[in-house]
Amino acid sequence: MLLARVLEEKLGSLYRAGGRIVGGVYLGKGQEAFSAALGVQLRKGRDIYGPLIRDQAGRIAFGEPIIDTVRTYLGSVTGPMRGRDGNIHRGRPKEGHLAMISHLGSLLSVVAGGLFARRLVGTLGDSIGATSIGDGGTSTGAFHEGLNMAAVEKLPIIVSIANNQYAYSTPNTRQYACENLVDRAAGYGVEGMTVDATDLAACLKAFRTAVARARAGGGPQMIVGTLLRLAGHGEHDDASYVPDKTRQGPSARDCLQVAEDFARDRGWMSSADLRELNEEVRRNVDQTVSKVSKEPAPDPFKENWQALSCAELVEGQHEA
Amino acid sequence: MSITYLEAIREAQYEALRNDPAVFLYGQDIATFGGAFKATKNLSKEFPNRVFDSPISEDAMVGMAIGAAVEGARPIIEMQFADFSSIGFNQIVNQAATLYWRTNVPCPITIRMPSGGTAGSGPFHSQSMEAIYAHYPGLVIVTPATVEDAYWMLLDSVTLNDPVIYCEHKFLYYHLKADQIGDRELPIGKARIARPGRHATIVTYSAMVHEALRAAEELQLDGYQIEVVDLRSVKPMDTDTILASVARTGRLLALGEAFPWGGVTAEIIARVTTDGFHLLDAPPMRLNSKDTPIPYHPNLWKSHRPTTSTIAAALRRLLRN
Repeated sequence: MLLARVLEEKLGSLYRAGGRIVGGVYLGKGQEAFSAALGVQLRKGRDIYGPLIRDQAGRIAFGEPIIDTVRTYLGSVTGPMRGRDGNIHRGRPKEGHLAMISHLGSLLSVVAGGLFARRLVGTLGDSIGATSIGDGGTSTGAFHEGLNMAAVEKLPIIVSIANNQYAYSTPNTRQYACENLVDRAAGYGVEGMTVDATDLAACLKAFRTAVARARAGGGPQMIVGTLLRLAGHGEHDDASYVPDKTRQGPSARDCLQVAEDFARDRGWMSSADLRELNEEVRRNVDQTVSKVSKEPAPDPFKENWQALSCAELVEGQHEA
Repeated sequence: MSITYLEAIREAQYEALRNDPAVFLYGQDIATFGGAFKATKNLSKEFPNRVFDSPISEDAMVGMAIGAAVEGARPIIEMQFADFSSIGFNQIVNQAATLYWRTNVPCPITIRMPSGGTAGSGPFHSQSMEAIYAHYPGLVIVTPATVEDAYWMLLDSVTLNDPVIYCEHKFLYYHLKADQIGDRELPIGKARIARPGRHATIVTYSAMVHEALRAAEELQLDGYQIEVVDLRSVKPMDTDTILASVARTGRLLALGEAFPWGGVTAEIIARVTTDGFHLLDAPPMRLNSKDTPIPYHPNLWKSHRPTTSTIAAALRRLLRN
């Protein structure tokens, strides 16, 4: 959580300074507890994870090295996306970390397909899939089709919904008409629960329960976390559409602060320990950014410009 | 003993399932029922747990195929009608078509699309989608016109390591027959000279190959020898074979059943005029359907799409120029 927060702050400052990061920077500030609580329960190499825009913390918890994040943001040719895609659109599908596309809800059926294929050849075992979405993403046809299909196939998949109350600038009142998003779970015939997503301990408990149910053959599990995005949609957005009342409400608690207080109150960490950890994390982030900054950018003359893996079927460029 | 185009599609799927345990079939009504057109008849019996009925969710069907392909499977998705693939459009063009380029992980999926018009099918069960998908990088688009190609190109599609849009023409399902499935003659990406000639070239694909051949017969009576090029795959498009044919004849008619704006016939003309302008003795011509949705009543439908007589008329105009 802390690493995700510090890393994203660094990316945000690089963005604001201009020049180094082209395109946007999208923060998961305020969603780290909910995201990490899922990622940490997954086993890299065995489970399939389809994270979304605000899952830096979950990706780290799943086992993605932060150098993959930095390389993708800076467009390094050595990164997993090689400058071909950027920022949050990254992954290593062969390692079970799917690379999201921007079309919300589209990953759900892809995660389901991976599990389906494993079940078909008998390698599913107790592996599960997990994917994240926000309140806005639940309105898409792809989300509905994907979840319905996963439910029909009774696949072991965790659907994590971060209800951060705004889809970009659109409030929930313009997004859905049911009282609680989790009510939809019953309609799909899947298990559903709600959690205070500012509370790391509660998130861990909820996801642990859901993951255990999925591994035990209980089919899809929907978890809705209530929270507030503590940043704009991206760093270009000042989130001025969020009223002060909401900003001061209970969902606006900073999950990182809550978790730190929790650890301190129980005597697990002192303030000095936390300071030290913070410094160590900052050094790690700075060193990573510094290393990646020296790496080569993609070269259009070395790029092979082929969208097919079968080179013999690639057409000529038909340029004048 | 003879085999229809539709039976060849079934046989190819049988063979694909038999050859590779990673192959599975997913689509609406394709298991016990055997598919709306019976293209998967008995396959669920012959291959238990390899042929699945899906919910009516074209987006999720394609998404699931992509996820399965990442895990090493080689799924064949049946769209009940090509028209409905518009619901799965996002997954096809944004996820399947970009996966390899973005992540270096190939996406070996085959999407079968029962395409094109038949009398009485109307606006939403008659569409030809090949140009839409060909527009996007990262997809291979095949349009078999013969029983052999229906069989071999489907098998080749399944073994190909990239996403393939397999456009099978419904008009050919029952009408087109062969004594047997011959040997594989050409790979995906190579066009075929369906009829040699020297006065004009028709470049076409799918069911229109047969209309073109009939029109060529008609022109033969007037002493004209018309060459017919069957593209077989619209992407990649075999520009070399097209140009070589135009070099022989000096005249080009690009023919397709799809809507006229843009599309495959426009691409043919663009390539020939760009790379082979000096080969042309007359302005090239295009013939497509009319620019309206596809009509229901047979009287209207027959006039909406190119037919032997409209093709023959176009050829006569082309030869007069």
